[in-house]
Amino acid sequence: MSRLLDVENLRVIFHTYRGTIKALNGIRLWLNEEERLGIVGETGCGKSVSALSVMRLIEAPGEIIDGQILFEGNDILKLSEEDMDRHIRGKRMSMIFQEPISALNPVFKVGFQIAETIAHCNDISIGDAYKLVPESLEMVGLDWKRSIDLYPHELSGGMAQRVMIAMALAIKPKLLIADEPTSALDVTIQAQILQLLDELVKIGKNAVILITHDLGVASEFCDRITVMYAGNVIEISNSEEIFDEPLHPYTKGLISSIPIIGASRELTGIPGSVPDLVSPPSGCRFHPRCDFCFDRCRTEPPTLSEISPGHFVACHLYSDGVKEG
Amino acid sequence: MHNEGSNVISRRQLLVEDWKHTLYLWRQNKLAMVGTVLVAFFILIAIFAPLIAPYDPIEVDLSQTLLPPSSEHIFGTDQFGRDIFSRVVYGARIEVGIILLVTVISGTIGLAVGITAGYFGGVIDDVLMRITDVFLSFPNLILAMALSAMLGRGVFNAIIAISLVGWTIIARLARAESMKIKSLPYIEAIRALGASNIRILLLHILPMCMSPVLVQLSLRMGSIILTAAGLGFLGLGAQPPTPEWGAIVSDGRSYLVEQWWISTFPGLFIALVVLGFNLLGDGIRDMMDPRIRR
Amino acid sequence: MKLETFIIKRLFLMLIVLFGVSVVVFVVARAIPADPVGAILGGNAPIELVDEMRRRLGLDKPLFDQFLDFMSGVVRGDLGVSIKSNRPVIKDIAEFFPATLELAIVAALISIILGVPLGIFSAVHRNKLVDHFCRVFSILGVSMPVFWTGLLLLILFYYRLGWLPGSGRVGIFTVMPPKVTGLLLLDSLLAGDFGAFKDALSHIILPAVVLGYSATASIARIMRSSMLDVLRQDFIRTAKAKGIGRRLVIYRHALRNALIPVVTVIGLTFGSLLEGAVLTETIFGWPGLGRYIVNSLLLLDYPAIMGGTLFVAVVYSLVNLVVDIIYAALDPRMRV
Repeated sequence: MSRLLDVENLRVIFHTYRGTIKALNGIRLWLNEEERLGIVGETGCGKSVSALSVMRLIEAPGEIIDGQILFEGNDILKLSEEDMDRHIRGKRMSMIFQEPISALNPVFKVGFQIAETIAHCNDISIGDAYKLVPESLEMVGLDWKRSIDLYPHELSGGMAQRVMIAMALAIKPKLLIADEPTSALDVTIQAQILQLLDELVKIGKNAVILITHDLGVASEFCDRITVMYAGNVIEISNSEEIFDEPLHPYTKGLISSIPIIGASRELTGIPGSVPDLVSPPSGCRFHPRCDFCFDRCRTEPPTLSEISPGHFVACHLYSDGVKEG
Repeated sequence: MHNEGSNVISRRQLLVEDWKHTLYLWRQNKLAMVGTVLVAFFILIAIFAPLIAPYDPIEVDLSQTLLPPSSEHIFGTDQFGRDIFSRVVYGARIEVGIILLVTVISGTIGLAVGITAGYFGGVIDDVLMRITDVFLSFPNLILAMALSAMLGRGVFNAIIAISLVGWTIIARLARAESMKIKSLPYIEAIRALGASNIRILLLHILPMCMSPVLVQLSLRMGSIILTAAGLGFLGLGAQPPTPEWGAIVSDGRSYLVEQWWISTFPGLFIALVVLGFNLLGDGIRDMMDPRIRR
Repeated sequence: MKLETFIIKRLFLMLIVLFGVSVVVFVVARAIPADPVGAILGGNAPIELVDEMRRRLGLDKPLFDQFLDFMSGVVRGDLGVSIKSNRPVIKDIAEFFPATLELAIVAALISIILGVPLGIFSAVHRNKLVDHFCRVFSILGVSMPVFWTGLLLLILFYYRLGWLPGSGRVGIFTVMPPKVTGLLLLDSLLAGDFGAFKDALSHIILPAVVLGYSATASIARIMRSSMLDVLRQDFIRTAKAKGIGRRLVIYRHALRNALIPVVTVIGLTFGSLLEGAVLTETIFGWPGLGRYIVNSLLLLDYPAIMGGTLFVAVVYSLVNLVVDIIYAALDPRMRV
């Protein structure tokens, strides 16, 4: 399988009144064609920022300051905005967002919003594109006659997310980015939507980046998992191994979940306690919360190393005797 | 959850952080700083008017009529030989007085109507809101003009007129706030403990409504001056020889061709002070905006 | 269908409010201790004359009867007879209102044509030089008193440069076109009289610009903040992710949403145009309703005051009704 996406050393910062937030600290991601990658982490770890960077949708006060994003062999960070629109966004990549209802424009009918996407991708008029809309709506299991003329506020969350999926897949993208596609939905609907996505992606042979805070969902849906913490990629592994043999203490915590996730949820509400990305902890950014922390963790940031084939971790516990790189 | 103690500390830290943030935003916002300076100047001029003004603002001196700006009369003199600069300086006092009184009166009426409507709801709410709608059906200045004229022209009646026109927005705001607060569980709890409606309204709802209402009132100060000056200009507000700015501009209307200074300088002061209030108001609104605070 | 129920509901509410408006107008004009008869006749008038006057104006009746008289008149479209002009107030209004309407329409056009693009431009180029320029321009516009800018422009363009006329709707020597709509610009065009059109245009420019500037400024301010608000929304990110390009994102996806609140403000602006007209008309000697009301107030000509203010309130309410309907038509969420 050939490499579709290769992100190297991606650095993104946000300028705020308190200083510069180092949202992505030189991360590494890659994805083969038709592969499904899950990016997992808690709120603010940089997973959405990574996804938006791949689409080049980072805007002021955010800024991509370093790195490269090779998509089908070309560095898209070097493309102009116009070329991104002409060749990449809505042509080879598309995206699904977390809050489907607010992600749809409230003043346009569903049919128009899908047609617009199809029209742009195929360089045809919106009128012509309208003819393809019923097919897209049926594909995601909606009755097109009933739904094509609805406004977004007339849809349920589940229906709206189906519309978003129809919109994103209507253009047959090489890469689909799904940013927490189910977290805003009811639990019963979540399963339906994931199943639908699973089927459609199988048929369409799309590569997928699924962003979620739910490791269970990610490992079920994806081939490979990338765990992020405070703007760093800390572990990469295939979906089975991450559960059977998690390496990073944070990943272990995620899996035995209860104490860490409980604590972190509360901490996110209190500024200064969550890893503050303006002045992140020295060394390993996880060390203040890590049970296995030792001196080196406080001073030296660990790098991502391959411990076993395809299993990478950024943790000093594993760097002894292992060649870094 | 942490224990009580650490919670209290973090809340205090939050407050300090909040203040720092507000100060930071204020310093970032150059226009808001300009506004603050303008408003501060305005208030200082009003307070120290007798020290600043070189001449009496009202006394007629027919030997000094219609003099152009010079080192002796930096803004010139009017047809009665009065020093325009002194009149403008004393005028600041009148404008400050108008702002304060209108703010207090319209704020009180608005709060009373708003929290009553919001708290009791139902028919009381309907009736009070229809009354508010009635007042909102008039363009502000027109109703103020009519009231001021019928009450008898003069500064105080102008103040009453502007207040009677200006309370509606406050009422709507206070109503929305008190409806929000009313549904909070602790109000339910207090009521269950047997507190009377009046007590709840005055001790619990009212204080909670104050801060948005105060912000709104401060946003409106610029337009109060504009309305008052408009009334003065039309001859329906402050009467001569009161040195109200709008009235002074009106004094100069017959002398526009040769003695442009009579109208120009007081008008400039109105513009600068209103500009100050608007810049400051914009700044306050920005600083309150949760999206910008983020 | 739902839009219609909405309109009917709003119309009904408006009737209730207008009744309240009439009460307020009546209370303001009659129940307040100003002495119209004294104002008209002067303090030293003989008592018989005063009594006669009071009888003629119906002021000798009990207040409640006066109110009933007034209300039944209002319903019949009879607003009484002006003390000063001795004509039915409704006739006076019919004569003066078109001038105000014309002024307000031209000013509104100026303010919409300038204000909306200015606000968009400012928002799209946020924190750039043009944005700062637009913001200063708008904040000055809402800060400067209309009567002052009016006088300054009058000094400059009329007294100093002599480019534009200083007062009235047409020059003394211009023959007025036959009255069709009462709007001179329109009537002169209908009559094919381009000379009169040019003359009317040159007269309306200054007052309309003065009046329009503050409205331009407030529309630009709201447009800017509304646009910035919309540009932060999730669906804008979706539109960007579609790759349709910046222009379409702004003009198709953002603008339509951002215009919704602006429509309301344009309605409110019309109210401020009506009140601004009072001042502008006074400065530019514009024979409109605003000046009519001011003059009536100065003379305590209270039938004219009541008729004039009531009329303005009705017009203002109608404008707001139309705005609400447009609002509902623009925003599909409103209709549910």
